[in-house]
Amino acid sequence: MGPNPLTYLFAAYAAIWIILALFLYSIHAREKKLREEIDGLKRALER
Amino acid sequence: MDRKGRQRLDTVLWVLLFAGMLLALYMALLGAPREKTMGDVQRIFYFHVPAGIAGLSAFAINFAASLLYLLRKDRRWDHLALAAAETGMVLMAIVLVTGPIWAKYAWLVWWTWSPRLTSSLVLWLLYAAYLLTRNYIADPERKAFASAVFGIVAFVDAPLVWFSIRWWRDLHPSPMLETGGLAPEMRPALWVCIAAYMLLLLFLVRRRYYLECARREVELLARRVGS
Repeated sequence: MGPNPLTYLFAAYAAIWIILALFLYSIHAREKKLREEIDGLKRALER
Repeated sequence: MDRKGRQRLDTVLWVLLFAGMLLALYMALLGAPREKTMGDVQRIFYFHVPAGIAGLSAFAINFAASLLYLLRKDRRWDHLALAAAETGMVLMAIVLVTGPIWAKYAWLVWWTWSPRLTSSLVLWLLYAAYLLTRNYIADPERKAFASAVFGIVAFVDAPLVWFSIRWWRDLHPSPMLETGGLAPEMRPALWVCIAAYMLLLLFLVRRRYYLECARREVELLARRVGS
């Protein structure tokens, strides 16, 4: 007997949200890195 | 658009996207009737198909932005092309992951080399190559030019993905909306999900585009500070 049909549904929807969350996190991480670079540049300009 | 206007639009988009996704989830999981043959597993369809449509739309944006970059040599078109390619890859990844889960239940196999599945995988790999190529070219102008050419060539596969189930015999289900294969009571759920995914596409491309614009500004500023 195979897995419960609802397992397939759950697996598919979980995968969707995990993929989207990872992409949003990667954008957020890159934005954070950029903000740090901007702060570094500001400090360099103040010196 | 000034910074404040952009932030306001971001908030509006975020609220619309959140509400749209909640409604899409409700319609897909509860609003749509249970399909007779596939049962609840058929509900994967409501997020799988819209992700495919939004993914192909993202690649169409990449194609148009690449063409416009070649015509106008404005780096903003390159930023848009990159944002669309990355978003398209994420949406197609959803298609390529949810499809096999559906297939395992419906066809008893995770994967089969049918025209639709193969052309979809090739499309994803082409845009993966597009993003990798960008990392290996240091000069920004050459990178933008090479990426634009690559983006235009890669898009040749997109119509093949779209028309594959119309042109060739395929195990993949035929286009349900066109052939009338989808029961009328299931259509509202599909349309709501398509609308939610188009909002998601807009939100992600926009966010990624502004990140790229900001990165370019920081690069230019760093060069000025360094010199």
